[in-house]
Amino acid sequence: MCRGNRSQQPVISEENIKEKEESVLSNQSSEVSQARMEATYNSANGRGNKNVVKYNRWGYFFLIPFIVVYIIFQLIPLVSTVYNSFYENYMSGLKQIGPNFVGIENYKQLFVSGDIWIYFKNTMIMWILGFLPQIFFSLLLGSWFSDNRLKLRAAGFFKTVIYLPNLIMASAFSMLFFTLFADSGPVNSILMQMGILSEPFSFMSNATSVRSLVGFMNFIMWFGNTTILLMAGMLGIDPGLFEAAEIDGCTSTQKFFLITLPILKPILLFVLVTSLIGGLQMFDVPQILTNGTGDPMRSSMTLIMYLNKHLFSKNYGMAGALSVLLFIITGILSLIIFNFSGNKEAINRKAR
Amino acid sequence: MGNSKNQQLDEGMSLGARRVLANVVLIILSFLCLCWFYVLFVNATRSNGELTAGFSPIPSTHLFENWNNLIHGTQPVLFGMLNSIIVAGLSAFLCTYFSTMTAYAIHAYDFKLKKPMFTFILMVMMIPTQVTALGFVQLINKMKIDDTFIPLIVPSIAAPVTFFYMKQYMDSTLSLSLIEAARIDGAGEFRIFNTIAFPLMKPAIAVQAIFTFVASWNNYFVPALVLHSDKKKTLPILIAQLRSADFLKFDMGQVYCMIAFSILPVIVVYLILSKYIVGGVSLGGVKE
Repeated sequence: MCRGNRSQQPVISEENIKEKEESVLSNQSSEVSQARMEATYNSANGRGNKNVVKYNRWGYFFLIPFIVVYIIFQLIPLVSTVYNSFYENYMSGLKQIGPNFVGIENYKQLFVSGDIWIYFKNTMIMWILGFLPQIFFSLLLGSWFSDNRLKLRAAGFFKTVIYLPNLIMASAFSMLFFTLFADSGPVNSILMQMGILSEPFSFMSNATSVRSLVGFMNFIMWFGNTTILLMAGMLGIDPGLFEAAEIDGCTSTQKFFLITLPILKPILLFVLVTSLIGGLQMFDVPQILTNGTGDPMRSSMTLIMYLNKHLFSKNYGMAGALSVLLFIITGILSLIIFNFSGNKEAINRKAR
Repeated sequence: MGNSKNQQLDEGMSLGARRVLANVVLIILSFLCLCWFYVLFVNATRSNGELTAGFSPIPSTHLFENWNNLIHGTQPVLFGMLNSIIVAGLSAFLCTYFSTMTAYAIHAYDFKLKKPMFTFILMVMMIPTQVTALGFVQLINKMKIDDTFIPLIVPSIAAPVTFFYMKQYMDSTLSLSLIEAARIDGAGEFRIFNTIAFPLMKPAIAVQAIFTFVASWNNYFVPALVLHSDKKKTLPILIAQLRSADFLKFDMGQVYCMIAFSILPVIVVYLILSKYIVGGVSLGGVKE
C-alpha cells in the first residue's frame, strides 16, 4: 500500500507522509474502510481491471475546459506577443507601418532609447518605498498576533481592519488619494487650518511626494495581507522552541531574531519574490494618480504604464519587446519560488 | 535566586509595556487604514460649496442630492455598476466551478499526464496577465469579440492560483474512498463530481468566489483595453475617465459619491464575511 502511495503522489514528498499517516489511521479504524482504501489505491494506480483504466480517462475529460481556455486566452496570446516583438508594426499618423520582420531591432531600440531604465528605476523606487514599511510592520504585527503571552484584545478586529484596504479597488483608492491630496483638497485644507502650511502644497507636481504617495498606498493596501501570511508561518513554529529559549533566559527580542526570523526565512523569501513580481506589475495606482502621464517629468511612470502607452498607440513591436522582457524577468523570479515550493507546501500545511 | 526573581519582574513589566506598545501601533495603523474611507464617506454627503470651503469631519445632508446629480450626470454610472456585477459575478462562478473541476481531475484520477500537468500549472501560476495583453488584444480583435464581456469572463476558467488553492483544500478534505463508494453505488463520474465533490468543497469555493469577484470587480488594465462603448464600461474605467476629464469642471460632491459608490459593495461584503476571508488568505498562501 505504501508503494502504491508513492507512485500515486510523486509530486510532493510531504504529501506522501501525510497520506501514509492517513492510511495508517484508517487501517486501525475498520476493516470496511480498509477494503475501500485498497480498492481506491488499486484503482488510483491504474493497475486494476479495465473499468479502472476506463474511469481514469475522466481525468483528461475534466481537464479539457482548463486546457482549452488556457491555450486560447493565455498561450496563443503569449506566442503572438513574442512573435510581434520581432516585427516592426506601428501607426505613423493614420498610416500603418509594417508588420515587417526586423529581428531584434525592437529590443535594441528599447535599451538604446534609455527610457526603459528610467521606468524600471521608477518602478523599483516606488516598490521599495512600499515594501520596506510593509515587511517591517508585517513582521512586527505578525509576531504580536502570534504571541500567546501577549494576549492582545480585539486582535480579530485589527486583522479585519488591516486587511480591508487590500480588497479596495486600486483605481478608486488612487482617485480618492488624488482628490484628497489635490491643491484644494482636504489634506491641504487641514494642514492650513492647523497652521502647518501657509499656502497649499502641490503634492502632484513634486516627484518625491508622488512617489511617496504611490509607495504609501501600496504599503496600506498590502501590509495586511503580508501580516496574515507571516502570522500563519509564525503560528506553525514549534512552541517548545520558545519555551526552551525562555528557560535559557531569552528576551522576546532575542527570541524574535534568533528563532522566529531564521525559521521564517523561506516564507520571507516567498513574500519578497511575490511582492517583487507584484511590484513589477504596478499599474493602477500610478496610472490613475497621474492620469497615465507619470508626471512630474515621468518620475512615476512604471514599466506597465509604458506598456499600456504602447498598446494604446498601437506600437505593437515595442509593446511586444517590452512584454517579452517582463515575461523573462517574472519567469526568473517565479523559478526562485518554484525551487522553494517544497517549503511553500510546508507553509501552507502549517497554515491550516 | 534574587537574580531570577528580578528577571521575572523585568519580563513581567516588559510584557505590559509591550502590550501597550502593540495596541498603540495597531490603533495608529488602523487609523491609517480607515481614515481615508471616513473622509470619503463624509465628503460624499457634502455639497460642492461646502467642500471647497474647507474640510470638516462632520457629515452633511447632501448625500441624496449628490447621488441624484451623479446618476443623471454624463457618466453612465448605473450601467457601470450593472456591468461590473455581471462580469465579476460570472467570472467568480466560472472560475470556481472549473478550477474545482481541474483540481478534481488532478486529485481523483491517475493518468499519464497527471504529473506534467500539475507541474505545468504550478509553473504558469506567476505569469502576469499584462505580459500577454498584446497578444490577447490582437486575438480578441481577430475573433471579433472586442467590446464584449466574453474576453473578461471566459478566461477566468483557467485560473492557476484558484486551482492551486482548490487542490490544497482537496488534499486535506476530499477522501478518495468517498468517491470510490459513490462509484460502487453506480454513480457516473460527472455526477460524482457535481453532487459529491463540488458540494464538499463549499468552504473553499466561498472564499475563492469572493476573491475572484473582488479581483474582477477591481480589474482595470484588461477591461480598459477591451471595452470601448460607454454603456459597456465597468466601474474602474469610469473612475479613470473621471480622472482624465477636466477636474475643475466637476462637482466634487459627485466625485466623492462616485468613488464611495464603487467601493461600498466590496466593503459591505467584506464586513459580513471578513472572518472567512482573513482565514482564507493564510490557507491559500499565494494571493499576490
